Amino acid sequence: MEHKVLIAGFGGQGVIVTGTLLAHAAMYAGKNTTFYPAYGIAMRGGMANCTVVVSDEEIGSPVVAHPTVLIVMNTESLDYFLPRVEEGTIVVVNASLVNKEADRNDVRPVYVRANDIANEYGDSRMANMAMLGGMIKATGMLPLESVHETMKKILTGKLAHMLKPNQEVLRKGFDSVK
Amino acid sequence: MAERVLMKGNEVIGEAAIRAGLTCYFGYPITPQNELTAYMAKHMLAKGRTFIQAESEIAAINMVYGASSAGARAMTSSSSPGISLKQEGISYLVGAQLPAVIVNIVRGGPGLGNISVSQSDYFQSVKGGGHGDYRMVVYAPSNLQEAADLTVKAFDTADAYRNPVLVLGDAILGQMMEPVVFKDIAHRTFDKSWTLGGKRNGRPANLVNSLSLEEGVIENWNWEFRLKYESMKKNELMFETLYCDDADLIIVAFGTTARICKAVVARARAQGLKVGLVRPITVWPFPYKALNDIGRKTGEFLVVEMNLGQMIEDVRLALPDACRIHFHGRPGGGVPEERDIFEIIDHVLVKNKKGAITTRGTFINWEIS
Repeated sequence: MEHKVLIAGFGGQGVIVTGTLLAHAAMYAGKNTTFYPAYGIAMRGGMANCTVVVSDEEIGSPVVAHPTVLIVMNTESLDYFLPRVEEGTIVVVNASLVNKEADRNDVRPVYVRANDIANEYGDSRMANMAMLGGMIKATGMLPLESVHETMKKILTGKLAHMLKPNQEVLRKGFDSVK
Repeated sequence: MAERVLMKGNEVIGEAAIRAGLTCYFGYPITPQNELTAYMAKHMLAKGRTFIQAESEIAAINMVYGASSAGARAMTSSSSPGISLKQEGISYLVGAQLPAVIVNIVRGGPGLGNISVSQSDYFQSVKGGGHGDYRMVVYAPSNLQEAADLTVKAFDTADAYRNPVLVLGDAILGQMMEPVVFKDIAHRTFDKSWTLGGKRNGRPANLVNSLSLEEGVIENWNWEFRLKYESMKKNELMFETLYCDDADLIIVAFGTTARICKAVVARARAQGLKVGLVRPITVWPFPYKALNDIGRKTGEFLVVEMNLGQMIEDVRLALPDACRIHFHGRPGGGVPEERDIFEIIDHVLVKNKKGAITTRGTFINWEIS
């Protein structure tokens, strides 16, 4: 099984962090994985995206032209990427910031109120973790626990106080998807 | 087994070089290899080794010349336009018989081009981008594990032949992250009695130099260097073959493109199509003989590159005349897509070349199309 995930949002929403965490979790779960960012000109508020491939097989291209999973953190990303994905793609939409539906009947939309969930735990900057949780639930790509365990390895030292709220937001995002 | 770590390609190459015993790194920033220079700034100094951000790419390669003359393990890295600037220095390194490792994380060209991925520096890398009659071993890793392993190997190869070695990556390899294991390294020692370390114990003076105006000297040097190049051809050639024994069509690709092609081969085999792969790991020396042998059994070849068709000229040289060679290329920042490559296989093996392919960058019977 191979999942090709494209994560898109604006700079500052944690798009790259989300992709990096997903790739780490996939590695610790014993999968093959690649992470590839849209690099170069980047700024807070500008478009940001990255692609993560998670596979049981050897991975070909880390550059994903046709994702199987699309995560959109904001309206601009939905407008840009939705017309470009193929039939059957799972589209995870940040319903807190995107005030419209994924308007195509051949994709599988999943809505996560990511900023609202993050705000419940005191910081909207954790919205990306809610999105990741929702995506994990919708795809069954990795066990939730393996992402929790990976967070323990990354959020250490000065970041240790962020572990618990991030894990909780991840779980809440996961649970919010039926 | 050592732990799998998830790292960016540029950082993997930097870490591998440090583990290989790099003592002097000289760089100058350019996208898409910036993380390599940044990694060195952080980690070389922390280990008490030398890191210098030079005032230009040209200064950096000449610092490599100086450090290597004094016996240091020296390295520089850049991306295409910066590597062009280093060509004079590379030629001097060969002429003065100095070991060094140069890393090129290739981007789109010509000119300033863009910061996207490309393989358009193949000719420059393998045919001698600088002046003079020279060769150097060029490693073309296809994934980050190989980037780590070949970077380590590059230092030993450079020392063994007293010749620069090039690690030829591309922007995907530099920017992507992938799990990698840093293996234990068996450190070899090399004769450094030729270096400029100060005359000790009254030994004769050493000279590191690429100039002689005396009659016949440079010609003799060239003949001596040739013996090294022949030895590299014999001993340093590396390539991978996949399903070549029964193949009806064989893809030839190097670097990142080869990993994309491997996925295509897997898909073709799953559909019962007999497709194989030849992947040069060293693009110089090039596996001419292996390809020639394979070409005696298989008639159809497909070369895929992220350029307008450069390695394909070496493939043509290698293969018997009767072999038909097709090409798919994406120059200037484009990335070959698995489905476009598969379409060519389908066209050749299933549709028997009936009908037309409209995908840009595809050439059936490349020489006559």
